[in-house]
Amino acid sequence: MIHVVDYDAGNQTSVKRALDHLGVASIITSDSEELARAERIIFPGVGHAHSALETLRERGLDVALKSAGARGIPILGICVGCQILLSGSEETDLPCLDLIGGRCLRFRPDDPDLKVPHMGWNELCASHGHPVLRHLRPGDEVYFVHSYYPAPGDERDVLATSRYGVEFAAVIGRENIVATQFHVEKSGPVGLKILGEFARWDGDAC
Amino acid sequence: MLSKRLISCLDVRDGRLVKSVRFVNTKDIGDPVSAARRYYEAGLDELVFYDITASSDQRDIMLDVVEDVARQVFIPFSVGGGLRSVEDCRRVLGAGAEKVNLNTAAVADPDVISEVADAFGVQAVVLSMDVKASPAASIPSGYEIVTHGGRRNTGMDAIEWARRGEALGAGEIVVNSIDADGTLEGYELTLPV
Repeated sequence: MIHVVDYDAGNQTSVKRALDHLGVASIITSDSEELARAERIIFPGVGHAHSALETLRERGLDVALKSAGARGIPILGICVGCQILLSGSEETDLPCLDLIGGRCLRFRPDDPDLKVPHMGWNELCASHGHPVLRHLRPGDEVYFVHSYYPAPGDERDVLATSRYGVEFAAVIGRENIVATQFHVEKSGPVGLKILGEFARWDGDAC
Repeated sequence: MLSKRLISCLDVRDGRLVKSVRFVNTKDIGDPVSAARRYYEAGLDELVFYDITASSDQRDIMLDVVEDVARQVFIPFSVGGGLRSVEDCRRVLGAGAEKVNLNTAAVADPDVISEVADAFGVQAVVLSMDVKASPAASIPSGYEIVTHGGRRNTGMDAIEWARRGEALGAGEIVVNSIDADGTLEGYELTLPV
């Protein structure tokens, strides 16, 4: 059973529909006590990191997620849910969850043709072998919608990259935590395979 | 770098997939949900649905179509047609669309673009424009904005409207050429962009 965190950040229903399609049991929850008992968590999100963090705090979900991270259960962050796993973000003065060291930075392309948000399909390039990315093939593309990108402090936490003016981390991870800046639930068969692998992953990064 | 996106626009009337030529002579060509699934399985990048249902009391049929598509198709898609308010947009997004298309309602009240962008983010707002070639001196781009499903000329220049829409909060723009619609003669490449 996968617990999908609901904090009014929009795409939890899309994530659940994708899991339903894969035949993976899941429930959407905004209850911190329920999250404390979860065996596997997806932490989705669209919108702004600041308002997302405020809602997480109001519901005690920030503490529940941090303790889930420490319990060693598999956690998948998506988009804003990926960004908030880091220590901080240029989008907010609030501290983020600090489950992976590093910050979220804003795209500042020199090329005026590169619009922000970065929106559309872009190629994903794996930097490290990771069980969740084992189906990834060179040239595979995924769907992004974001203005900020994760920049982990430790290079080893970058699992895959993409390019938009700069090379940026599109998948990050450490131990039992993995997170995608793109929307796995909207990235067609490539995204669904990553979601399916996460549903089976034991949380061991090696 | 970003790839070019292959996007299909599907016209839906009373829950059925339809095909028109220059926005008229609409023919039923099947079920929109199975068409969407077929395109998705063939590798399409994105979908746009236009609800061209004439009467507003039939509009809820589209929400069922959106929900059915969202359960089977895992690429982004947007929905337009008859959306007039933040509340209308909330229902479509709640049913599973990523984005909403604003067209006639935005021409009538441009502030609706900003209101929807404030509520859901610029990435969720597509300004959809129906354009027709115009020789009028008041239309410097040569293309005029036409609303109400191609029935009402507005006297607005397409490029000026596109710029204004972007400034108001539209994250993307879809341009529908009425002259080229359904004619199988290719894109209207003379449109200045």
